[in-house]
Formats: sequence, structure tokens, C-alpha cells
Amino acid sequence: MSEVRKAATREGYGQGLVELGRRTDQFIVMDADLAAATKTGMFAKTFPDRFYNCGIAEQNMMSVAAGVAATGKTVFVSSFAMFAAGRAFEQVRNSIGYPHLNVKIGASHAGVSVGEDGATHQCCEDIALMRTIPGMTIINPADAVEAKAAVFKAMEIDGPVYMRFGRLAVPVIFDEGYTFEVGKGVELKAGTDVTIIATGLMVAEAMQAYGLLAAEGVSARVINMATIKPIDREIILKAARETGAIVTAEEHSVIGGLGSAVCDVLAEEYPVPVVKVGVQDTFGISGPAVELLEYHGLTAANIAEKAKEVMRKKK
Amino acid sequence: MDNASKKNLQTEALKVRMGVVEGTFQAGSGHPGGSLSIADILTYLYFYKMKVDPKNPRWDQRDRFVLSKGHAAPALYAALAGKGFFPEDELPRLRKVGSMLQGHPDMKNIPGVDMSTGSLGQGISAACGMALSAKHFGEGYRVYCALGDGECEEGQVWEAAMFAAHKRLDNLIVFVDLNHLQIDGSIEEVNSPLPLDEKFAAFQWHVVTVDGHDFDALDAAVEEALTVKGKPTAIICNTVKGKGVSFMENVCGWHGVAPKKDEYEKAMDELKARLAALEA
Repeated sequence: MSEVRKAATREGYGQGLVELGRRTDQFIVMDADLAAATKTGMFAKTFPDRFYNCGIAEQNMMSVAAGVAATGKTVFVSSFAMFAAGRAFEQVRNSIGYPHLNVKIGASHAGVSVGEDGATHQCCEDIALMRTIPGMTIINPADAVEAKAAVFKAMEIDGPVYMRFGRLAVPVIFDEGYTFEVGKGVELKAGTDVTIIATGLMVAEAMQAYGLLAAEGVSARVINMATIKPIDREIILKAARETGAIVTAEEHSVIGGLGSAVCDVLAEEYPVPVVKVGVQDTFGISGPAVELLEYHGLTAANIAEKAKEVMRKKK
Repeated sequence: MDNASKKNLQTEALKVRMGVVEGTFQAGSGHPGGSLSIADILTYLYFYKMKVDPKNPRWDQRDRFVLSKGHAAPALYAALAGKGFFPEDELPRLRKVGSMLQGHPDMKNIPGVDMSTGSLGQGISAACGMALSAKHFGEGYRVYCALGDGECEEGQVWEAAMFAAHKRLDNLIVFVDLNHLQIDGSIEEVNSPLPLDEKFAAFQWHVVTVDGHDFDALDAAVEEALTVKGKPTAIICNTVKGKGVSFMENVCGWHGVAPKKDEYEKAMDELKARLAALEA
């Protein structure tokens, strides 16, 4: 793995904003005193006159962004996931979601891979919260390339978008020519025994799990589900029909995230056994990011283990 | 302001008040007290000051208005209908299933509504965003906002106040409807945000205090605000909750209760009599 190029998805976000900024000046960028961390600082450095720091006041920032969008412009607005989706939830719902405005939320430092800052800053609820807002598009990119592509897609979408980025440098999976389609899962590995549906940094782990399983003679399908909402129902149902068992993998609570979204589809249309790999119903702890991922079982080894477990549940 | 203009505003304000009474009575719910207290401010804005075009509600050069105290929607709807944004016979359908007139302003479906509001504290921030957008993209329109006094208990109001001053939003004018009453009692009893003039001044706003039912005073305050550079303006409006309906004035209980049939008739009789006197 030492040769694998690594980059944080927030880096892709920052690059995406700069590149989008070179193409159009019909948007502005806002942050709440975390520009260096969320990487909106890259945009601020390139286009200082198109960047507004709102200070440590996320609730105001979300409603201000809504006001800008109400005049027909687009705003990219950033903070940590905890504060963008958590603290300012009601502003996102009422000021942005209800009027379906063009506010694109770039939420960084999502999940436990924030690391040492600990539970107060490790947001594992944001996908669950954002999923409940009608008309919200949710994108959780697997790598920096997909993150950059998400910025361009977010600009095209009519309405609010929640983009989820991480702090930790993770393997770059896609090459620069990768075409990201909103609402479409992507089959990264073909397989017939079991399907791993992963999102965010767990996609790289799922790819490794594929290798571990293959070594044991298990044929695992791997799907990258970057768009959590609207969820790609077809690819889920196809996987259920063809492999009969599913493992979901996400750096998020097992309550309300990707796993729940997948189960919602399956329960209604084609029930098959599912095991969810994610953060259990618990708060996080401090520690180095990689150790925390291990602590929460957010690893290739655990995915492989759960894949075998779910296969035993097949009828 | 000349006498003809003033008389016209007095007439329109009575019609706005009748719309408030009609809408809340027909709905059997709503917020008449706080709607009546800002009826004159809304009338002044829509029938005298703001550049708007009822035939083209989304005109991009229009002045914007954000009703941060969104529960006063019946007054906003009555003003918009009176101005011709939509037919006045929509007003009795307030809060009914299938009606476009939602309990709180809905910018997606109601012509003339510039921002969806209702959750207190958020509208003033949105108004800041509109003012920021105008400055950033070089547009000349103005942004007006009506804020409740009880609403000033929301922390977000002061986040917005800090933001507006720091970003030097001199194209933003906020009317604070100081009627002294909120749901659970007087603002002084519940959790007083007073003194509001000193608070806004401390946040580096230009502050003017006026009688919120005096059109000349409102106009003078706005004209003054338009000359101020580099600062947003707060116009602290001394108002009477329930203004214009005798038995609703200064009664806390009329915050969120609709008039019953006899009350409705009594209120409409009062307003119609005043309208007739004005037109005589």
C-alpha cells in the first residue's frame, strides 16, 4: 500500500472550488472560521474577493447563504460536519431545504477519522440528519478525485446539496478521467457471492476486503455508493437478486446512514440479509485516526468478516 | 410625505388589517396581534417605498423584504394581495389544505414572498445574505426586514447583527417591531431583550427610534438610513400589539389566537367604520 497515492477528500473539495471558480464567477464561498481545515482556504487564497468568512456562527452562516441563494446565486458553505449538519440543522432545514435553495454544503471532518479532537467533533449523524430533509442531495465521495467531481456536479444540481468530506488522507481510487454521476452507484468489482456497498473512505477498505475474500474463494461484488440521496435503488436491488446478501460499510452511525438507506430499499422490495459495518450506537473517543477506524471496526478485515457472516444468513 | 399619499397609506393599512382579521378568522388560527402591530410598516414599504412589480414578482432588480417574524404572515399576505401580487379572495383560504397561503411565508409558492421564514432568527440572517449578494454582484436593490422584539431573544439575531455590521451592509434596513408582548407574557417578564436600541448601537448599527404607526416618522427614518454609509440601520418601531382593533390592543392573549365569530364581526365593523370615515 506504500505506493498508493493518498489525499484527503477535503483536498479534492478545495481544488474543485478553485477550478470551478476559474470557470464561473456566479457563486461565492463561505466558511465559519475553519477555512484552513475545510480547504475553502484554497479558494479564498485564489479568489479573495469571492470568499466570505462568517466567523464562528454557523447558524447565521447557513441562513445568510440561503439569503444569497434567494437572489438567484449559488453559495458553497463550509464548516465541520458536526456544526454544518448538527449545530445548524434547523437552519439547513428551514432556510435552505424548505425553499429548495442553491446552497451547497461542503462539510469536512466527518466521521471518527477526525481523530484526536474526540467525540465532540466526530460527526457520525450527519447523513442521518440530512437524509430527512426533502429534496436534499447527499454526496459522500470515496476519494479526492470524486470529491472534486462532486463540486462540479453540485453546481449543476438545482437545489441544496450536502457534500461530506474527511480530514484523513485516504487512497486515491479513481483516475482523473473518472466521470461521477449523481445518484448512480458504481460497481468497482464484479462478484456473485455477496455484495459490499461502501461509501466514503470505506470504499478503499471494501476494495481491500475484496482481495481478502477472494483469497478465501469468496466472490464479492464491490459497489461505491457516493450518492446517499437519492439512493441508486436499481444497483442495490440488482445486487440483492444476484448475490443474495449485502454488507454495507460507512464511517457513520449504523443508525440512519448508508446501511439504513440500503435496508429501506431492500425491506420494501427485495429483502435479503444485510450486515452493517459502521459506527455502532456510541460516541467516539480521542486517538489517531487510523487507530480509531480500527477501534470502530471500520477496516477491510472486519468487512470481510461481516461478508462471511452475512453469507451464512442466506436462505 | 404629502397628504394624499398619507391618506392612501391609511386606507391601505386598514385594508391590510381587515385582511389579517379575515384570514385568521377563516383559518380559525394564526397570529393577529403581531400582524396588526406591523401592518403600518408593511403598508409603508409595499405601498410607498419599495421598488416591486406585482406583474413580475421575481424581477431581479426589485427591493427585497424578509418577514423575519414570519408568524405575521397574515399581514404580509394582505399587503401583497392589496398590491396585486395575487387576488384578495385568496386571503380567506389562509392555512387551509391546498391553499398557497401557508401558515408562515413560503417563497416557493406565494408570489411576492422573497424568503421563507417562520423559525425565528433566521429571516434577518437571510436578509443579510440578500444584502451581501447585492453588494457582491453589484446590484442596487435594497433589503428590508421586519424583526420581532421577542425574536431578539434568539441568539441568531445577534450573530446576524454582528455579521451585517462587519460586512458593512448599508443596503440593509431592519424594522424592529417593539410591541412588548410575546406568547408567554410581556418581553420584560419573559426574558427581556431590552434595551434594543443600545444593543444594536453596540453592534455598530445605525439606530433610529420611531412610532411604528406614524408613516411620516417611518419615512423619515428610512430616508435617514439611506444616507448612512458603511452601516446597516435598525429602526426601532414603538408599536401596539393588536393595533387597530380596540379589544386586541396590548393584550398578550391575541398573539396566537384567532377571533371568534362575534369578535370577527366586531373587529371588521370597527375597521370598516374607520375606512368609511377616511373615504368620506
